[in-house]
Amino acid sequence: MVPIAIDNVTLEYDTPAGKVTGVKDVSFDIGASEFVCIVGPSGCGKSTLLNVIAGFLAPAAGEIRIDGKTVKGHGMDRGVVFQDFAQLFPWRTALGNVSFGLEMKGIPKAERDRIAREQLRLVKLEKFVDSFPHHLSGGMQQRVAIARALAYDPSVLLMDEPFAALDAMTRDDMQSLLADVWRATRKTVIYVTHNVAEAVYLADRVIVMSAHPGTVQADIKIDLPRPRDPLSVEFVECQKQLMRHLGHKVSGNGVGH
Amino acid sequence: MTETTINTAATAGKTTSGAAMTEQRKSRRSLWRAAVVLIIAACCYEAVARSGYFAPALMPKLSLVAQTLVTMLADGTMIEHSVFTLYRVMFGFLLAVLVGLPLGILMARFAAVEGFFLPLVSALMPIPSFALVPLFMLWFGIGNLTTILIVFYAATFPMMFNTWSGVRSVNPLWLRAAGAMGADENALFWKVIIPGASPFIITGLRQAFLRAWIAVVGAEMIAASDWGLGWVIFDAKEFLNTDVMLAALVVIGGIGFVFEKMVFGSLEKSTIQRWGMSRVAKG
Ligand SMILES: Nc1ncnc2c1ncn2[C@@H]1O[C@H](COP(=O)(O)OP(=O)(O)OP(=O)(O)O)[C@@H](O)[C@H]1O
Ligand SMILES: [Mg+2]
Repeated sequence: MVPIAIDNVTLEYDTPAGKVTGVKDVSFDIGASEFVCIVGPSGCGKSTLLNVIAGFLAPAAGEIRIDGKTVKGHGMDRGVVFQDFAQLFPWRTALGNVSFGLEMKGIPKAERDRIAREQLRLVKLEKFVDSFPHHLSGGMQQRVAIARALAYDPSVLLMDEPFAALDAMTRDDMQSLLADVWRATRKTVIYVTHNVAEAVYLADRVIVMSAHPGTVQADIKIDLPRPRDPLSVEFVECQKQLMRHLGHKVSGNGVGH
Repeated sequence: MTETTINTAATAGKTTSGAAMTEQRKSRRSLWRAAVVLIIAACCYEAVARSGYFAPALMPKLSLVAQTLVTMLADGTMIEHSVFTLYRVMFGFLLAVLVGLPLGILMARFAAVEGFFLPLVSALMPIPSFALVPLFMLWFGIGNLTTILIVFYAATFPMMFNTWSGVRSVNPLWLRAAGAMGADENALFWKVIIPGASPFIITGLRQAFLRAWIAVVGAEMIAASDWGLGWVIFDAKEFLNTDVMLAALVVIGGIGFVFEKMVFGSLEKSTIQRWGMSRVAKG
């Protein structure tokens, strides 16, 4: 819904052993309602970059602008979904978790519940509104987390490998569900993954980051029509192209390492 | 595809309700086991009492203890003594919670508070509260004040220590998620840190009460006059009333059991067990 500008962002971690670069001179722009995936080898700084955009970490240099405004700290214009299932509050039901942000906004209870129910319906969990997180499977917990991040209607959704810990089949379901949710809400999405197929399935654009210290290595547009078919020739071709950028060897037919 | 998801969900629901069933059965079985063990222990006692190894005046038969207990309950003396003991233990315990809980939280959040109190806790916690009774008696005299202060001393440190660990154990992801959703300091504290630390806080309450209960009986033995279960035992010794001593012990054990199982047990069941957080804190 709003454009994001990432302008020469550098972040360094202070560790006892000295400074460690998280990301270095990262610049790219994201259009309104665009779905951008960030891929790159482990440790290249994907999570770091997402945390800077979320406002959890302050960049050492450069800045992030969302809708023209410079980011200072976290804010309710961004919803965040983490990889870890433990992100949900175990002492709140699915409904309670999803309404947390609305509660913080001071929205009255009846209205809160209505919106939260609606969000849970969007991620197909209407039957589980009163369940506590420990009674939900991992995939269901992640769906609650997505509903929770969407409930207070942020214009940007930031996701850090939300489905990485799920089994392959559940992950496929979740990806198509997320694509549906995105089509319905038209949020600007930044999605970190190291799964190439996932990136091609979801993204309008893929940002490929180089190995540590992370910089932008390539910026690839995915022009496939939606909904996408992972078995189509074009899809596989896109995947191969992306893999090449990531430095994998790609054989003549099929995808290999 | 959607169907698959919903199927998984339904199975997940079934498994958990199954787990809850076994949980219930397990707790019933452990209750049974406890009852059997108690009965065996009582039989052993009775066997020794009847063997004549001790004089009957020193080791009365259970029937006599039961009779004494019933008489003392019926005429109200045992109840009155229990009320005194409960008053002291609750007063001291609540005071300990009022002091220990906020201090534990402050310790976890501010390094300076932690730096000041942690050595203090480490130094004072190992001192048995009973060892302080004579000193407190000299300072505060015989009666409620001394016993309440002993209880307070015994209960504060476990409360403080557990709260401190609990707040430190709060998952940073919860704080980040809540922060991203616009929670201010106040909301973070009440809606994330306190419930997040609750497994440890409940353990703290439990340990604090147990210690308080042990302390109050000990303190009453020497620092109370005329009233209280500890005093009953100590007073009965003067007259070789072993049946009274044992009857008082039964009441002490019974009240302790009620608090441990009923009060704290149900508090745990309605909070951290319901939330699936009980695995986090143990000990
Ligand atoms: N809290 C931290 N303190 C110090 N260094 C850190 C910290 N977090 C990350 N780093 C370093 O910053 C670099 C980038 O880490 P980051 O977690 O952003 O990688 P990533 O791309 O998300 O990796 P992965 O795919 O494994 O999640 C790494 O080299 C890592 O060692
Ligand atoms: Mg990461």
